Amino acid sequence: MANGEIVLGCLAPHPPHVVYAENPEQNEPFSEGGWEALRWGYNMLARKLKDIDYDCIVVLTPHWQTYIGNHFLGLERFKNISVDPIFPNLFRFHHDIKVDVELSEAMQRSAEEAGIVSMMMRNPDFRVDYGTIVSCHMINPDWDKPLVTISSNRSTHYYSDEVMNEQASALGKAVSKAIEESGKKVVLVASHSLSHRHFVTEAPLPEDMSREHIYNHSQYVWDMKVIEMMREGKMKEVIGILPEMIEQTMAEAEGGGLTWMMAAMGMPDYPAEIYGYQSVIGTGNVIAAWDPNSSTRAIVL
Amino acid sequence: MSESPDIRLGLYVPPHPHPLLAPEQNEGWGRLRDAFETCRQRIEESGVDLILIYSTTWPSIIGHQIQAHPNPVFTHVDDDFHFLGSMEYEFKMDSEFANCFRDFSEERGLHARTVAYDGFPIDTGSVVALKLLNPDNRIPACIVSSNVYSNRAEQIVLGKAARDAMSKLGRKVAVVVVASLSNRMFTEHIEPSEDSIHSAKDDEWNRKILEFFEDGRLEDISQLSRDIHGQIRVSKVVAYKPAWWMAAAMGQHNNYDGEVLAYEALHGAGGAVIQLTPAEGGIGDKEFDEDDVEFYRGDRSVLDQGMI
Repeated sequence: MANGEIVLGCLAPHPPHVVYAENPEQNEPFSEGGWEALRWGYNMLARKLKDIDYDCIVVLTPHWQTYIGNHFLGLERFKNISVDPIFPNLFRFHHDIKVDVELSEAMQRSAEEAGIVSMMMRNPDFRVDYGTIVSCHMINPDWDKPLVTISSNRSTHYYSDEVMNEQASALGKAVSKAIEESGKKVVLVASHSLSHRHFVTEAPLPEDMSREHIYNHSQYVWDMKVIEMMREGKMKEVIGILPEMIEQTMAEAEGGGLTWMMAAMGMPDYPAEIYGYQSVIGTGNVIAAWDPNSSTRAIVL
Repeated sequence: MSESPDIRLGLYVPPHPHPLLAPEQNEGWGRLRDAFETCRQRIEESGVDLILIYSTTWPSIIGHQIQAHPNPVFTHVDDDFHFLGSMEYEFKMDSEFANCFRDFSEERGLHARTVAYDGFPIDTGSVVALKLLNPDNRIPACIVSSNVYSNRAEQIVLGKAARDAMSKLGRKVAVVVVASLSNRMFTEHIEPSEDSIHSAKDDEWNRKILEFFEDGRLEDISQLSRDIHGQIRVSKVVAYKPAWWMAAAMGQHNNYDGEVLAYEALHGAGGAVIQLTPAEGGIGDKEFDEDDVEFYRGDRSVLDQGMI
């Protein structure tokens, strides 16, 4: 049996604004658009994924927050409505999610064997978080692949950014081992922004792009520095300075997504594909992908 | 507006689902459940016509959100404790109060909005409190969020806006704060029988806070919020806010009869059910040293002020 592999890693931010702006039939509110730099970037990434052969998407999301280790979705189907607790005016999304339970269980077992506190989530009434839904809708709007969601352990809050880095790295290696043993081709998704300080007020028309800008210049400079390092293939260095970036920009990488994904992919030293950068309600968001296949890897932007 | 709203009692209750879903699995969780039941009876006897909840497990970013759906219905599952079961709910909300609360919040300089959407995710703490304190929905309720970026001034002004709305509408109110004391949980699975407060330090601080509550020293606890945050709160948010809001909403003084009905561990966190009843006289002012605030003027531009 062929070894399983990670065929792409995506940094895919989840502001519900991008789904709202796309007006998919699953979302109740209607918009006049907005945030095109991100949406068009997502559209390009979705087209690339159509040309990649893969079996499953595995997402680590900071909006399923757990304090007792990492949890894994453990039922085949979750059909519900997701209403964003922060932006319910923008995101009320009807979803029907299929889960690759076999792979999820394999990853959880691998985590447990590595000494990581973990658990399967098997309550049928559980509502999948909106981070998973936004990221997965934007990279695969056809919803034709099963997924697995992994919760974000809040080790940054309980201990420190450095502990988060260590624990998320260990989880990434365990997940990678399980994927290899599964024989499946998997797309990893770290669902989060870079800098993450929000404005606390909202424009009367949320998609009024004359009101949208980064929260402050410091956040922008940090975001640009990290994106530059991504372009240069310096992911080991990015993960190394992540604790400082988190402290200075409230970066959403504090949930462990980027560290987890980079550890699972062996800390790529090749250039990331950059698909777009834009602020959403003050936060800094980049869409980036790491393609291990040098023949399909491209300079996008 | 009236200076003295009709607040019949205040409650401080924990957000964890264990007393609702698994009281039989641990004696302490059972005692918390019994304390909730005592509070339910006292709310019933007090004649209140509004239960106003401030929940620390409902975070907001765009200002302060206030639940205004007249009849929210859903089935909630906790992110961590999903294995304990599901929480079906159908609540009755006081939409008129929610709108009035928003209006007074805006008058006092806050950014606030009501939410009224089918399927909106009401948080674990609010669901637990309402299902245990008001199981038959006889009394309309209202829930307000806890903004993740807000600090003392904003919380105090938000509490006063709630007070404005109570007075304007003449509601007889039970004020309920949903929050832990120490909030550090164990980060591993534990058997229910093994539950205990996470550390001796957390336990010691919790017991000191409970002494203050028993003495009715609500404003003193409010004044000590920053110390409490530094000592026994995991830094998920910028500050320990519930005492600021509770004191501002109920009255910024120490004239209360306090009663601790239960104090137990909830997966390591400190969970207490506490009742405060407004009283004549009290222990006096002990810890007051922070300024009061009536109107929120936003974040002060400290860097700009320093420019020549």
